[in-house]
Amino acid sequence: MDRVALSTKSDKVGAVMVVGGGIAGIQASLDLAESGYFVYVVERAPGIGGVMAQLDKTFPTHDCAM
Amino acid sequence: MELGRHLNVKILSYSEVLEVEGEPGRYRVRVKEHSRFIDPLKCTGCGECPRVCPVELPSEYQGGLAKRKATYIPYAQSIPNVYAIEKAERPPCTMACPAGVNVQGYVALTSQGRYQDALEVIKRDLPFPGILGRICPHPCEGVCNRELVDEPVAICGIKRYVADRVKSGNGDTKTTVAERRPERVAVVGSGPAGLACAYYLALRGYGVTVFEALPVVGGMLSVAIPEYRLPRDILADEVKAVTDLGVEIRVNTPIGGDLTLDGLFEEGYKSVFLAMGAHGNLPLNIRGEGAKEVVSGVKFLRDFNLGRKMEIGQKVVVVGGGNVAIDGARSALRLGAKEVSILYRRSRQEMPASDEEIEAAISEGVTITYLAAPIEVLVEEEGKVRGLRCIRMRLGPLDASGRSRPVPIEGSEFYVGADMVVVAIGQVPEAGFLESSGVKVTKAGTVDVDLLTLATSRQGVFAGGDAQTGPWIAIGAVEAGKRGAESIDRYLRGEDLRQGRQLREKAKQWDLSGIPLGQETSPRQHMQHLSVARRKAGFEEVELGFSEKQALEEAKRCLNCGICCECLMCVAACKAQAIDHKREDTISEFEVGAVIVSPGFEEYDPTPLYELGYGRLPNVVTSTEFERILSASGPFEGHLRRPSDGKAPRRVAWIQCVGSRDPANGCGFCSSVCCMFAIKEAEIAREHSEQPLDSTIFFMDMRTYGKDFDRYYEQAKTVHGVRFVRSKVYGIEELDGTGELSVRFTTEDGKTRREPFDLVVLSAGLHPPKEGRELAEKLGIELDQYGFCKSREFMAVDTSRDGVFSCGAFNGPKDIPETVMQSSGAAARASALLASARHTLTRKKEYPPEKDVAGEEPRIGVFVCKCGINIAGVVNVPDVTEYAKALPNVVFTDNNLYTCSQDTQEIIKQKILEHRLNRVVVASCSPRTHEPLFRETLKEGGLNQYLFEMANIRDQCSWVHAQDPTGATEKAKDLVRMAVAKARLIEPLKRMAVDLTPSALVIGGGMAGMASALNLADQGFEVSLVEKSERLGGIANRIHRTINGGDVQAYLHQQIDRITNHPKIRVHLGSRVVDSSGYVGNFVTRLNVGNGTEEEIRHGVTILAIGGQEFKPEEYYYGKDERVLTGLELEEGLALHPERYANCDNVVMIQCVGSRNEEHPWCSRVCCAKSVKNALRLKELNPEMNIYILYRDMRTYGLMEDFFNEAREKGIVFLRFDPEDSPVVTKVRGHGKDLLQVEIKDALLGERFAIDTDLLQLATAVLPPEDNKVLSQFYKVPINQDGFFLEAHMKLRPVDFATEGVYLCGLCHNPKSIEESISQANAAASRASTILSKEKLETEGAIAYIDKDLCVGCRGCLDVCPYTAISYVDEKAKCEVNEVLCKGCGGCAATCSSGSIALRGFRFDQIYAQIEKAFETM
Repeated sequence: MDRVALSTKSDKVGAVMVVGGGIAGIQASLDLAESGYFVYVVERAPGIGGVMAQLDKTFPTHDCAM
Repeated sequence: MELGRHLNVKILSYSEVLEVEGEPGRYRVRVKEHSRFIDPLKCTGCGECPRVCPVELPSEYQGGLAKRKATYIPYAQSIPNVYAIEKAERPPCTMACPAGVNVQGYVALTSQGRYQDALEVIKRDLPFPGILGRICPHPCEGVCNRELVDEPVAICGIKRYVADRVKSGNGDTKTTVAERRPERVAVVGSGPAGLACAYYLALRGYGVTVFEALPVVGGMLSVAIPEYRLPRDILADEVKAVTDLGVEIRVNTPIGGDLTLDGLFEEGYKSVFLAMGAHGNLPLNIRGEGAKEVVSGVKFLRDFNLGRKMEIGQKVVVVGGGNVAIDGARSALRLGAKEVSILYRRSRQEMPASDEEIEAAISEGVTITYLAAPIEVLVEEEGKVRGLRCIRMRLGPLDASGRSRPVPIEGSEFYVGADMVVVAIGQVPEAGFLESSGVKVTKAGTVDVDLLTLATSRQGVFAGGDAQTGPWIAIGAVEAGKRGAESIDRYLRGEDLRQGRQLREKAKQWDLSGIPLGQETSPRQHMQHLSVARRKAGFEEVELGFSEKQALEEAKRCLNCGICCECLMCVAACKAQAIDHKREDTISEFEVGAVIVSPGFEEYDPTPLYELGYGRLPNVVTSTEFERILSASGPFEGHLRRPSDGKAPRRVAWIQCVGSRDPANGCGFCSSVCCMFAIKEAEIAREHSEQPLDSTIFFMDMRTYGKDFDRYYEQAKTVHGVRFVRSKVYGIEELDGTGELSVRFTTEDGKTRREPFDLVVLSAGLHPPKEGRELAEKLGIELDQYGFCKSREFMAVDTSRDGVFSCGAFNGPKDIPETVMQSSGAAARASALLASARHTLTRKKEYPPEKDVAGEEPRIGVFVCKCGINIAGVVNVPDVTEYAKALPNVVFTDNNLYTCSQDTQEIIKQKILEHRLNRVVVASCSPRTHEPLFRETLKEGGLNQYLFEMANIRDQCSWVHAQDPTGATEKAKDLVRMAVAKARLIEPLKRMAVDLTPSALVIGGGMAGMASALNLADQGFEVSLVEKSERLGGIANRIHRTINGGDVQAYLHQQIDRITNHPKIRVHLGSRVVDSSGYVGNFVTRLNVGNGTEEEIRHGVTILAIGGQEFKPEEYYYGKDERVLTGLELEEGLALHPERYANCDNVVMIQCVGSRNEEHPWCSRVCCAKSVKNALRLKELNPEMNIYILYRDMRTYGLMEDFFNEAREKGIVFLRFDPEDSPVVTKVRGHGKDLLQVEIKDALLGERFAIDTDLLQLATAVLPPEDNKVLSQFYKVPINQDGFFLEAHMKLRPVDFATEGVYLCGLCHNPKSIEESISQANAAASRASTILSKEKLETEGAIAYIDKDLCVGCRGCLDVCPYTAISYVDEKAKCEVNEVLCKGCGGCAATCSSGSIALRGFRFDQIYAQIEKAFETM
């Protein structure tokens, strides 16, 4: 069991749960973690990355999607 | 992917949300983490387990085009880099096996040709695979799921092959015997139960004596089963495996006579296992049964098996239907009987003997009479049997055994001639003698036991097998023997007999959802049989076993129902000891203030669209599968190949709108991304193809509406020769056996055509994720009719539940940049909600003080990694370690199983201390994945993190030179030598912490600027909002309704109200930026606030939200005739004076006025939806009105497609024109007035016609803002060729500029809807808050520096710096690096012609030293 101690300064909890670890979840998580919140990413698959990890290259520069 | 190592991110992968309770700001969450069966803290991702795993499954990552193992990581770079074992419930075969033999395990290993391993798996539960592989009636095959595809897998035959194969090479499994124990155990009976018990007791270290009443070993195996089914050498061989363990077998030693149970205990045996079998025979109980020629089946078989002399009749009748009956009949035939028949009282269906046996008997000439039973044995006067009087039976109601009870049919008596009768209607145990020894016996004559533990009523005595169950199959007896051994072991150790044990579950109906059905059929293999003539001649084995080819093919038919087969090969292979097949799911509970839902989408599975052939025709693939085909890490390693035969295709077709824009199939929405996806794939395919490639895209409307998309489309068409065919595709067929496909389609002119292709890609739609509905229920949020997340008007990331936000394709199909924007937007919303709790739960890591190493002689520690056997299997790691020892300044070397493991980090820290190391070199894998970890270790060890160097001896050495261990070892030494050479010259680098102003400047007071300002203010940051006009709202002042019906004006006023009253926001109306300087964290901007007054604002970030402009055309009488309006003007008119338009009879709307042309080569994105919206509004006012929308491509992308469909249903006419043949508007006189006449050539019908219109709406372009250039100079940010601001990365950083601290949103980025502008505005706020929420900004350590003495001020470096980090200082005539902005890319250092710029950590002397050492051989 993983319990996070309750904060005392605010009645709000300074953590966010992001459900889904594709490019959407990754972006939201990074922004939040860099903005002062603790983030839990819950992903169904054994690893994060979602569909974007399957793409070869992306428009317009044909960059590798990895 | 920095997420994986972020201190304030916890990734719960392989997990699902169970419950979310609470309210905005405080939710209690429960999450279940599925067991990976691998300890994530120990797993190093080395890849050994999949190498030994025998189970192959289609790889999801490769779109099913390649295989993966049951233990896997989704893809090589996956985070976390930890394997997971996928496991379903245990497969039916194993569950149905009385002994629970791991069938899937040994079948899977057999399929890989790993017979020795397969045998080991079998022998965990069955010590006699050769015997059971021949005689087992295999209940496993009866439940095999393969039957749903074609026929069950021939499991028994595979087992036999494995046993014979290993033993034919004189091999066997390695057995490990436990430490010898002092207790001795007696086993009574040497049948399968007794021998199994003896075997497993012996393995546990006990001394065992087996007492056998008969003169031979094996029980029924030896005296009932004929040799033609079980050759005696096979039996002897497997008995020998038992005696080889030290088990003593005493034949001719019955218990019950001279030797009693008490006697055994007196002799010193501490425990006894009773396994005497069931050798008694059930009598017929009819007249004449006592005749000499009437014998019991068991006795008949026993006598001849023991070689006793016996007389065989000419005409033998066997009574019964079990295997003993069949064995009796077939043996009688072999012993010389002329005629053998079987009488069975039920029908063939109920016959207990196995089908193979019955078939074999019939083929040998045995006749079987079903539904008949003897009622009297007819005996001649001299006592000789002459025949049987029989009666016919019919099947009545079911009896206790679940079979139909046979009922005699009156008057159906008949006579069967016979001179010998074998009675084989059942056996019974003969256990009565035990009662005098204190062992209870049941009424049925079996030994009474505790069914779980097999303990009898007498302490220390256990019983199993037929003696306990009554007659049953051998595999059941084996299980009893094994279970008995476990009980006896516990008993002798004084342990609880029951704890942790349970009766085996019965095989149940199986959930087949995980099984890849729909696969090709492949028939079951059949063994060769001995010819009938040779069979009758003696007792040679009839079934000849599989050939290796057959065994392999048969094993490959297994569907792997359990996914992981639990063969446990991975457990032995895992050097990190991370695998635990008993590991359980874990539930975590934690609190969060907000939830963001982003489960993504599911690619539409086109299998139901039968005519398109997906799933049937291998060369029809989906777009994602094609993406894998193109990928260098894909199934063809980046070579363009087609799946059927691996040939390079020359003609590839894309078919658009598969599972999209298809209301009949429940998916009326447009999937938004597929048009661009197809064009991109066509382009990349062309690059990957080794020959000229014909690419054809079949489409309805080309929806390239995003930024720069149209330009890409035009280029594909005109420059790269991609063919675009506006059409509807009806079917795809394969031309016989060639793999070539014929696409049948209808073009706009109504003609149907066919064209051949080598490969067809279906642009499959983006559907809501499968788990979306369940997830929505758990989170308490609403979904729309399609299953996408319902969002709130104007705030696309707000769900129906406060505090729960959603983003990405779950909110409706969208591409990557839109997804990224929404996601940052959702983060901003959560951030605003939780601003009061910011920094309350984040962790900050404390490090020990950094040791000053200045002036010290380098003391280098080298750690060489084995990476399990990834490196050590090729490179001689000890040799490399030894070599490193002798390198200059190296004072310590070590090698590790996994240098990256947690315990090695501790070792490294300890060695730093112990050996006063001041430089560390790790020779392992790639710095891309592991450098941050080791740098962290250095920091924790008190060293500057830059005192670290890595040599990649895995990816660039052991992996690529696996065939050449000697060469690889030498190369590894070279790499280590080079790393050490550089390490001698590296120095500690400092990261600076810079103060910042925690406030924002937002330029532009439209919808976007206001949304950004409000969000940042709600997050608690000071905001200055600058608007050049005297009024907030921008273009939104002229928009009244969204297409969904949202009230724009009401929302706008609410926003303005909040802005003007917000304590954190200062609004500067009528103000313009006149100058700006500074950089991220510390900008200074001067404003002209009117009347020539200037004001200086200090701010940490800047958001550009300066909007766009409406194109005012000069064509089509615009401005010259009041009946001609732009879309915006009509919208305003409809809102303010609807009565003016209610009486129009005809209305025409022309799309793309000023868009998608040479002057403005972009799509203005919003106009199609706006025209549909205005048209629907007009229809509302006057349903009789004729409305014509003249268009090039209707681009109502995403969920807006519903409104397009609605418009068509309401009779709005859509006419397509070609841009070369644009509509022409003229004024003509008619009916006494000036008529406005629109002439169009309808591309669909090819006809030209004219419409007299009362109103002409021009869907005019959205243009970039006029202030773009001046602001681009003030903030050093680029604009693109069209005049819109150019973001840092079009996919992944859609609101950032390359210049840190400056962001963009709204129309100045690209045309977009209000909702999209607001999402992007929130995204900009989110990105800005990542800066503003920091106390100080930390600079990079490895950055560029300029030697002022050498710099000549040529300014060549300014152009190459992507971060605008270099500036030219006029007064010094030299360039300077801004250390805050520099990211250390090194571009300037490479460019500088005077050699004045160098990159810290990559100085020229450091790199030269490395290069020099590369060529030096020591």
